[in-house]
Amino acid sequence: MSLGGEWYLILAAILFTIGAFGLLVRRNILVMFMCVELMLNAVNLSFVTFARMLNDIGGQVVVFFVLVVAAAEVVVGLGIIVAIFRRRAGATADDLHILKG
Amino acid sequence: MLAFSVFGATPVDFLTFVIAAAIVLAGAFGVVFSRNPVHSALSLVMTLFGVAVLFVEQHADFLAAVQVIVYAGAIVVLFLFVIMLLGVDREENVDVEPLGPVQRWAGLLIPLVGLFLLLFLAGVRDWATGTPSARGAASGSAAGGAPNVDLLGRSLFTGFLLPFEVTAVLLVIAVVGAVVLARRPPRAEQAEMLAEQRALDEQLAKERDAELVAEHLEGRS
Repeated sequence: MSLGGEWYLILAAILFTIGAFGLLVRRNILVMFMCVELMLNAVNLSFVTFARMLNDIGGQVVVFFVLVVAAAEVVVGLGIIVAIFRRRAGATADDLHILKG
Repeated sequence: MLAFSVFGATPVDFLTFVIAAAIVLAGAFGVVFSRNPVHSALSLVMTLFGVAVLFVEQHADFLAAVQVIVYAGAIVVLFLFVIMLLGVDREENVDVEPLGPVQRWAGLLIPLVGLFLLLFLAGVRDWATGTPSARGAASGSAAGGAPNVDLLGRSLFTGFLLPFEVTAVLLVIAVVGAVVLARRPPRAEQAEMLAEQRALDEQLAKERDAELVAEHLEGRS
């Protein structure tokens, strides 16, 4: 008998909050990106929890798709970051507020 | 079978949850508060492993394996590659970031408001209702003992076949986008450097040829 789903949902909420906080506070683009991954993982955890609570495999299928989209997002995002850093080393998110080459 | 239970779960399940939750939260704080991006990436691995344990705990075995293989194996390695490639693995002073006090507190306040809203929703106990769709049950016992991979695969290749195919298109687009973004654009500066390098190479090759010819002639005479 596993623990009730509420515990997992609360943990997912806290994890999402930490990710959102990091995204807002940190300036290093790579760390901001990792915080986005944290938030995605929190959502995945709540999806799996709901799959168990409602006894429906659909939640786990959605997590599968989230994983694929996250992989694609990381590839493109890191490509953009590499392109930015090639133009100006040590760029932070604040340095990029003018979208101009 | 143990006779007593903690919060409606066996002590083993409860302990597993508590330890995994501690690992997840410690990793998450590590990601946010590390000064060194490499430490952030490694903390991210810790969080991902904790989430994988929680997946196993909720009978999502396949997703736990994929979580470790894809996230910890591929995505974090990609992060580390980029960190090393760009050479941004030096320490960063988190305290002198140009965030005003108002911004810092707003950055703390807004997620906290969201957290309390989410916890309020989680506190409303019976909100996760709704009839399960006809895709099949999640846990093995309810579905006649079929393993999780079996159920997930069956659902993925029947009910969710079109989204699955669209996923393939998405991955191809991502690969093409990454190649386009990572390609070094031809610039005048680079062309100049290339031309210089080529001239140097040609000169060296000529000298080497001359030497070879001289050696050859020497050997003949």
